[in-house]
Amino acid sequence: MEIKKATQNKATIFDGLRQYSMLIALVAVMIFFEITTKYVLLVPRNVSNLVFQNAYVVILAVGMLLCILTGGNIDLSIGSVVGLIGALAGKLIIVNHVNIYLSIAICLVAGILIGVWQGFWIAYVHIPPFIVTLTGMLIFRGMTLVILGGKTLSPFPDSFKGMSTGFFGDFFNVPNFNLTCMIVGALAVLCYIIMQVFGRLRKMRKNYDMSGSLGFTVKLIVISAVVLLTAYTLAQYRGIPTVLLILTVIVIAYAYITNKTVAGRYLYALGGNQKAARLSGINTNRVFFLVYVNMSFLAAVAGLVFAARLDSSNPTAGSGFELDAIGACFIGGASAYGGIGTIGGALIGAVFMGVLNNGMIIVGIGSDWQQVVKGLVLLFAVAFDVFSKRKSR
Amino acid sequence: MKNITKVFPGVKALDDVNLVVEDGEIHALVGENGAGKSTLMNVLSGIYPYGSYEGDILFNGELCKFKEIRDSEAKGIVIIHQELALVPYLSIGENMFLGNERGRAFNLDWDATFHEADKLLRTVGLDESSRTLIKDIGVGKQQLVEIAKALGKNVKLLILDEPTASLNENESKKLLGLIQDLQKKGVTSIMISHKLNEINYVADKITILRDGATIETLDKATDDITEARIIKGMVGRELIDRFPKRTPDIGNISFSIKNWSVYHPIFANRKVIDNVSLHVRKGEVLGIAGLMGAGRTELVMSVFGKAYGTGIVGELEKDGKPLTLNTISQAIHAKIAYITEDRKGDGMILGKTITDNITLAKMSKVSRRGQIDTDLEVNVAKSFRDKLRIKSTSVQQLVGNLSGGNQQKVLLSKWMFTDPDVMILDEPTRGIDVGAKYEIYSIINDLATEGKSIIMISSELPEILGMCDRIYVMYEGRIVGELSRDDASQEVIMGMILSASKGA
Repeated sequence: MEIKKATQNKATIFDGLRQYSMLIALVAVMIFFEITTKYVLLVPRNVSNLVFQNAYVVILAVGMLLCILTGGNIDLSIGSVVGLIGALAGKLIIVNHVNIYLSIAICLVAGILIGVWQGFWIAYVHIPPFIVTLTGMLIFRGMTLVILGGKTLSPFPDSFKGMSTGFFGDFFNVPNFNLTCMIVGALAVLCYIIMQVFGRLRKMRKNYDMSGSLGFTVKLIVISAVVLLTAYTLAQYRGIPTVLLILTVIVIAYAYITNKTVAGRYLYALGGNQKAARLSGINTNRVFFLVYVNMSFLAAVAGLVFAARLDSSNPTAGSGFELDAIGACFIGGASAYGGIGTIGGALIGAVFMGVLNNGMIIVGIGSDWQQVVKGLVLLFAVAFDVFSKRKSR
Repeated sequence: MKNITKVFPGVKALDDVNLVVEDGEIHALVGENGAGKSTLMNVLSGIYPYGSYEGDILFNGELCKFKEIRDSEAKGIVIIHQELALVPYLSIGENMFLGNERGRAFNLDWDATFHEADKLLRTVGLDESSRTLIKDIGVGKQQLVEIAKALGKNVKLLILDEPTASLNENESKKLLGLIQDLQKKGVTSIMISHKLNEINYVADKITILRDGATIETLDKATDDITEARIIKGMVGRELIDRFPKRTPDIGNISFSIKNWSVYHPIFANRKVIDNVSLHVRKGEVLGIAGLMGAGRTELVMSVFGKAYGTGIVGELEKDGKPLTLNTISQAIHAKIAYITEDRKGDGMILGKTITDNITLAKMSKVSRRGQIDTDLEVNVAKSFRDKLRIKSTSVQQLVGNLSGGNQQKVLLSKWMFTDPDVMILDEPTRGIDVGAKYEIYSIINDLATEGKSIIMISSELPEILGMCDRIYVMYEGRIVGELSRDDASQEVIMGMILSASKGA
């Protein structure tokens, strides 16, 4: 009996390692670039930069993950949607001087409408998502060019730019250290720990099964440490980037939706076996529809964030973004057949891609070779995933 | 095959198995699911290459070291899997010579392909053009195509893995006859099957496997072989009664279908269900018997929230009140459950846990305002696991890793969780072994005793006869007879089907 338990423990530890393989890979890449960039990668200024540069990838990857979950479907149009929404924002704010908040609202509604259009064809006419979004890629890029007349609009007012490039204010006056940032980080960790411990206590009270206490503690400590370290690093520069708050809200909200809500469960069920999901009373068409509406909505958010960061509406903005988002999801362990993948994984994937991009730029690798490396990394990441899954059978 | 041992990570699938098959005989391989039958045959046909197992394969006295399927096929050993390996959108002829093409690699000889294919089709008694696409012929005919394909490879030893699992009685008979014809031409066959009557009918020798080991080999010429004898060997104990007893306590009519007609979803002018009326009472187990393709599945699926068919007309009534079911979620809400015949394809999400599968059809019971109470969910799964005795490491185990019988129990749990009044079970024991079948029957009996109405579709007549209080017989989309338990027998039911087919 004891022996059996021991082997079981061993198995779960091994499974745990596999589950976190991409996280380990991320740490490895960070260490690699930290050394090859002569410790520039993780200086406070560059960490801030990493957040700014990759905000849009994270947002898009979250939406893309939901698409992929439905059965390995992807959305090729998001790069064009990012461009179109950026152009729309420029037209409204820079050319027509519309109120910024009204403009943002209009842009987000436009994103939803784009999603309704694509979702309609995918969910109710049953045209494969690949084809619908391929046409979307053309249509929305074309509309971007129409709106901008092929020209770039610039600059945006500061209040709009602040959304993406600004920092959260500091309420204390400690020289060279943003105490607010540190406090927010500490509060976040505190909230997290309290929620986790209370959840565990509740389970104990109701006599439910629990994961091992060692694993629980290790997980708590690691996550808290990462958050605190990030906060500490950012505090040494200019504090919390506003866009980081947007990201946090999005990531937490979608992690919650996928994990803890009926809607999320339906999404995984649909990707796991569409017919079984349908026969379980799930309106599969509606799930498809909502997933694609959501994707375009998030693409609109990313479009605004990206336009604010570029400080311009550019006709080619966003081209190729769909590939970054898809890559992030697959690096993060999403299955190309659907039904498997997590928001956390997509986040790790997006950061992985971001570190890779940023690291290669600092090291001075040309954009030609950067693409080669990125392609290979994506291939190996997925191959690694396939191998580790095969072994587990 | 001598002293074959095959180890999978964590499991010893075959433990020192010996199998002797003599030239020109039909040798049946029986055993419960997971006994190692398919694994053994996969070793023999080179799917698990030499080196991945221990022991020796001797074919005509010669030691064989197959590295891949091609090697075993070169010797004339051909395996036909339960799940047929045919490409639906290619023609019969193209499929038959796939990997064995006529002509040269850059200059295929299609005339020779189809000519030879046609010739082989005639020898297996299949009256189809070899240019017909696979998707356009039924499963029974596809099985024959597989055999013709094997003949095209000059087969000496034919391995059939559950060849009649998805065939109806007529098709099965034809297939078994064909195997006997091949025997006369000198082809040796190994046949894996769960259908003991078929084995008794066709096999010369029977080898029984249990838990990865050979239990015994029975010879028709010397041993007295009965089904009871085989079952005893398979399960290791005498199974006195194949069907558990139940004292029926039958109440009022709970659910009825009236003048129900359904058209084919693609060929909208083809009537699949023709004016069917039936009813089921509380606490009753109602059987629907019929040949494959009689429209039984189509009938119940069209009732279950119009999950099948177009142009559906007719009335439904539950507990005396009329009922309209336009979507599956309405049907679930009206406390009707449909447990599909295709467990893996339509029933469950194999890559998800037992817990996720059980609660999927009624998430509202484990959630509040769209938020799932995962703790409650796990407890629900656990109570079902204990109640139905689902064998698993935990309720977080993936359904895909369970055996067929346990998967079926999870599927039953999933629908029991929706608190149905009417449970429609479509082939509830297909492809599961004798022991697990008995457990499923017991669960069905318990559900009926609780007062639920059970509608059971089955192609196995003994099962219908053993379990049901009342039986409808369907033929080509119509009800052609209704029998009480006492009046029903295999002969009467087949007689009804036959007279209906003559009348049509």
